[in-house]
Amino acid sequence: MIRGTIVVAQDICKACELCIAACPQDCLELSPNLNIKGYHYVQLKNDTCTGCVNCAIVCPDSAITVYRQAKKPKAA
Amino acid sequence: MGNTNGNPDVRLMKGNEALAEAALRAGMKAYFGYPITPQSEVLEYLTAHGPEHPEVVILQAESEVAAINMIYGASGAGARVMITSSSPGISLMMEGISYMASAQLPALIVNVQRGGPGLGTIQPSQGDYFQAVKGGGHGDYRLIVLAPASVQEMVDHVFEGFRLSEKYRNPAMILADGALGQMMEKVVLPPAGSLAPPDFAWATSGKSSTRDRNVVTSLFIQPERMEQINLALQAKYRTIEEAEVRCESIGMDDADVALVAFGLTSRICQKTMELARAKGIKVGLIRPITLFPFPYTVVRSYVDRVEAFLTVEMNAGQMVEDVRLAVEGNRPVHFTGRMGGMIPTPEEILAKVETIVHQPAKA
Amino acid sequence: MENTFIPVGMEVVYKKPQTLTDTPMHYCPGCGHGVIHKILMEVIDEMGIQSETIGVAPVGCSVFAYDYMNVDMQEAAHGRASAVATGVKRVRPDKFVYSYQGDGDLAAIGTGETIHTVNRGENILMLFVNNGIYGMTGGQMAPTSLLGMKTSTSPFGREASTMGYPLKITELVAQLPGAYYVTRQSVHTTANVRKLKKAIEASFRYQKEKKGTCFIEVVSNCPSGWKMTPIEANEWLEKNMFPYYPLGDLKAPK
Repeated sequence: MIRGTIVVAQDICKACELCIAACPQDCLELSPNLNIKGYHYVQLKNDTCTGCVNCAIVCPDSAITVYRQAKKPKAA
Repeated sequence: MGNTNGNPDVRLMKGNEALAEAALRAGMKAYFGYPITPQSEVLEYLTAHGPEHPEVVILQAESEVAAINMIYGASGAGARVMITSSSPGISLMMEGISYMASAQLPALIVNVQRGGPGLGTIQPSQGDYFQAVKGGGHGDYRLIVLAPASVQEMVDHVFEGFRLSEKYRNPAMILADGALGQMMEKVVLPPAGSLAPPDFAWATSGKSSTRDRNVVTSLFIQPERMEQINLALQAKYRTIEEAEVRCESIGMDDADVALVAFGLTSRICQKTMELARAKGIKVGLIRPITLFPFPYTVVRSYVDRVEAFLTVEMNAGQMVEDVRLAVEGNRPVHFTGRMGGMIPTPEEILAKVETIVHQPAKA
Repeated sequence: MENTFIPVGMEVVYKKPQTLTDTPMHYCPGCGHGVIHKILMEVIDEMGIQSETIGVAPVGCSVFAYDYMNVDMQEAAHGRASAVATGVKRVRPDKFVYSYQGDGDLAAIGTGETIHTVNRGENILMLFVNNGIYGMTGGQMAPTSLLGMKTSTSPFGREASTMGYPLKITELVAQLPGAYYVTRQSVHTTANVRKLKKAIEASFRYQKEKKGTCFIEVVSNCPSGWKMTPIEANEWLEKNMFPYYPLGDLKAPK
């Protein structure tokens, strides 16, 4: 099951790679594609993301939004 | 201060102290200063009377540089603010004054001038005319400059300075001198509360959810935008030139020689007028009260009626350049003055008048 | 610009704080300023004090801070941010006021204002970003440049006999009775960012309690000025900056 994921604002990313260094799951890479500024923006390379938010916290450009599997509401 | 039972509040006060009391009565909310002769009484008076005005911020800063930047912050936050100093201290403030002119922050800046250049002397001077009127700091900006000639005007110009600076969102300066700051005269103090407190929508007062954030800045990095800002500032200065000229003419109806003088020297020139007229020489006086805007049209209006102009200043001849701009070469414009803290006497000025009156025009 | 996409069955656990504007930042890739801006705005969001906060921006790389921070702001002259903040705070004592300055601004041209603002115990937060270099003007030597550090104005390395020593201004201000809370943090790892966030939260809390000046130094990077990749810069930071500028509290309330 996919536990977490991220969405990168591709045109904001400057490819500093600090998120890649901060990711404990090694699930980020630079895209072979370029954004409008000419940077190889960051993207997920596999489905091991846990939604730990480390990448987003160290992102200087606030380009990453992090999602996690919603907790199932407890049975009443 | 003091119950006057409905009578005018008449005092005998030192210029600096009268100015400080006027600022409190004009609703000043913050004052930041630094001691320098001959204006230290302003800070002393305000700190002594501070306890009677707990709503007023009075702070002795670590330098004139810090003080002017505190004024910038307090004005940007929407407060009615005043700062006072003397020539060397005003020089230190010039960067901040340029920033305030660009950011369009109202403030009353008082220069109780002393003789220079450099550390100079503590005696009175008018050597900072260029600095006050032509810019002083960097960039194309103007201050509204008022030139008091009495302790009463030290008071009145505080109210007028606050009013004009807030009306135009522009720093205003009172250009006084050490004599006006130190002399004692009778003065009528206006009641407190006669000047409505400012309410600036542009001030950094905390961004409410109903408006965009307010930013006070003088940085406009795009040249297109910076030019637009400059054009808007220039348009404002033209409006001020149209609407806010203050000038007094004394004995000009029949004058053959027009003395032109501001501040302290205008008082000395009045004595010269008396002495000259006793000798049958018809002398009048034009006294600019606003130095920016300069009363060019008033001076020009006398070009066809006088033989010559004589500008009298306590400097090497600064305002005389504006008089010449007004006269445009149509009459001789002479100058006499003393420098470095020396004050010209009525007799010295009269002697100069006698050398220029009824002289045949040069071929 | 706000991302409204939510994957099926997922919930948002981290997004850009709303008090940070959508304006793309002008900072170089990997620059610490962006993280510090974000964390500062995150705290303002979470404390719900956007309408009560007034910031003061410096001259330096963060001169455009007011483009990114959606609070009322003033842009100060070079070095004078703490004097401007003093003016703001004195006439708006119930607002949260912070100044944001780099090392050249706070520890060279503005040293006098820095010392005296803290010495008066002004109830403001002074945020000080130290990357040992003048970034905006193109990488000149700063008061905090390390000995031996090559910059565009110390091309053969900073040498103490002619250029003096790197200035530990934070140690200096910690000595002043007006300082209530003085700490040195960094943003080069997730854990450090979280510590900085706690320090900023504490500072605003102390400000509300009128405790005195809170002073936070953030030892940060300058990949462009140091001529390194962002990852190399953060490694260099750990190896060279932290030994001289050790992280942690220099003065903390008991």
